[in-house]
Amino acid sequence: MAEKKYIIKQISIFSENKPGRLAAIAHALEEAGINILAFSIAEANGFGVVRALVNKPDAAYETLTKLGFMVSFTDVIAVAMRDEPGGLFDIARILGEAGINIEYSYAYSGKEGAVLILRVDKVEEGIRKVLEAGGKLLGAELFA
Amino acid sequence: MWDPRIEEMPPEDLKRLQYRQLKMLVYRLYSFSAFYHERMREAGVHPDDVKSLADIAKLPFMYKSDLRDNYPDRIFTASQDELVRYHVSSGTTGKPTVVGYTANDLEAWTVSVARSLTACGLGEGDVMQVSYGYGLFTGGLGLHYGAERIGATVLPIGTGNTERQIELMQDLHVTAIACTPSYLVHLGETAEKMGVSIKNDTNLRVGVLGAEPWSERMRTQLQDSLGIRVFDIYGTSELSGPMFTECTEQHGIHIWGDIAYPEIIDPETGEQLPPGEKGELVMTVLKKEALPMIRYRVGDVTMLDDTVCACGRTSPRIMRIQGRVDDMLIVRGINVFPSQVEHTLMGIPEVLGSAFQIEVDRRGALDSMLVRVEMSRDAFSDKITDLMKVKAKVTHDLRNSLNVAADVELVAPGTLPRFEGKAKRVIDRRVY
Repeated sequence: MAEKKYIIKQISIFSENKPGRLAAIAHALEEAGINILAFSIAEANGFGVVRALVNKPDAAYETLTKLGFMVSFTDVIAVAMRDEPGGLFDIARILGEAGINIEYSYAYSGKEGAVLILRVDKVEEGIRKVLEAGGKLLGAELFA
Repeated sequence: MWDPRIEEMPPEDLKRLQYRQLKMLVYRLYSFSAFYHERMREAGVHPDDVKSLADIAKLPFMYKSDLRDNYPDRIFTASQDELVRYHVSSGTTGKPTVVGYTANDLEAWTVSVARSLTACGLGEGDVMQVSYGYGLFTGGLGLHYGAERIGATVLPIGTGNTERQIELMQDLHVTAIACTPSYLVHLGETAEKMGVSIKNDTNLRVGVLGAEPWSERMRTQLQDSLGIRVFDIYGTSELSGPMFTECTEQHGIHIWGDIAYPEIIDPETGEQLPPGEKGELVMTVLKKEALPMIRYRVGDVTMLDDTVCACGRTSPRIMRIQGRVDDMLIVRGINVFPSQVEHTLMGIPEVLGSAFQIEVDRRGALDSMLVRVEMSRDAFSDKITDLMKVKAKVTHDLRNSLNVAADVELVAPGTLPRFEGKAKRVIDRRVY
């Protein structure tokens, strides 16, 4: 399936909400020579989940699991946005009109423009709709 | 059975034997122990007043503080040249407690453990890995000599170095392990990490677990995951050490009638409670020379079953220890035992019930209780809402079983301290 090449493996790491946890994760990835391309922290009362796109997801999973972290993979997509007013609206509208729900999202603005990372309830359908509407998705090979 | 004459003795005969032993013990102590003589006089009781086994209720209690106040050996009833060993218990709440043993005391202890291990289905041909601490703690040496007595081969490995424990377990075809329940959980987890299946790659078939409270659910979990049968063992250093276990029926711990006489009392009033009612365990050790114990307030909470066991053994049984009278937390006026928390957590598959911590504090005038529990790796979801659901479930179930609300904190697996001795699960920060 053509959609497959746009499915990106995000790593999610459980973290207690206390000083030093993010540093411990970041340090472990540094030691293993893994580059973090994008990340976000979702926090709830007392704990959080660190979500990250890295250049070597399998190595990151192994490194962090060995250190005792609780880690899982989640499928996300990355959409190139126009880095100007209305850029986010373009994408949100495509998904909204297609009835695809955004569970969470985070964004970064890099050298090649702005990128929106999305966790949606129907991943492959989401990819199709974005492509049909002329949107640009980043391939998974950029994050592996 | 190791000693069928005693183990199957008809209950009436056993009671007569216990009465004779009690009578002799009381006369001996009244005559030769200044401590007991004084205690009995203060209580207005003379050995002649003990006319039946039930008259034991007339005798005064003995407390842990009596041992501490008479540190190290002032209430021993044997002289130092009659002693062959000392054990010293950890002094977590003050001065340590010293217990001395004559050769006969060690013999009675060893026989008690031999009967118990036989009741767990062990004997010649078994290889027992003793992973209790050796030394001043009674666990290691107690199990060691009992296992040797029944003809088992002992691997006296002690605590720690879990990976080596697992290697030797495989290489020497170990069939039984004696350790704390939390250590067996840790050993199982470590084996898994090493790629060793206890169930398929070892000959282990029996675990004899004690020295800290555990639960029926923990038994089920250990038995299922490791493919072995695990038995509860009971004892404290004041009673010599670990002495009594369950039999293969796994329904209560047999207290050998010729060795000890258990009672259950209401910890507030000191009144005896009937079988089936939960209260504080009080032990009288009928055979002990160096440090006799009459009505010793052990402080463990359990209940008594005096019916004949399905295995045919007639000695009374105590049920699983449900907590310590002095571990009991009073949170907003409600009695809370750490064992209840464990029991509840064991019933929730998304968390690891064997690893938890309770922290009690005071916010203004109100007590607050926080339960930290490790999540199961399989239950980890990237979605915050799923994690919040797990947290809400734990909070709800704890509220239901404890009758008092607790805050819940989910932590990553393996982050709470594991203990190879006695697990300290409660942190009480309240200042009064």
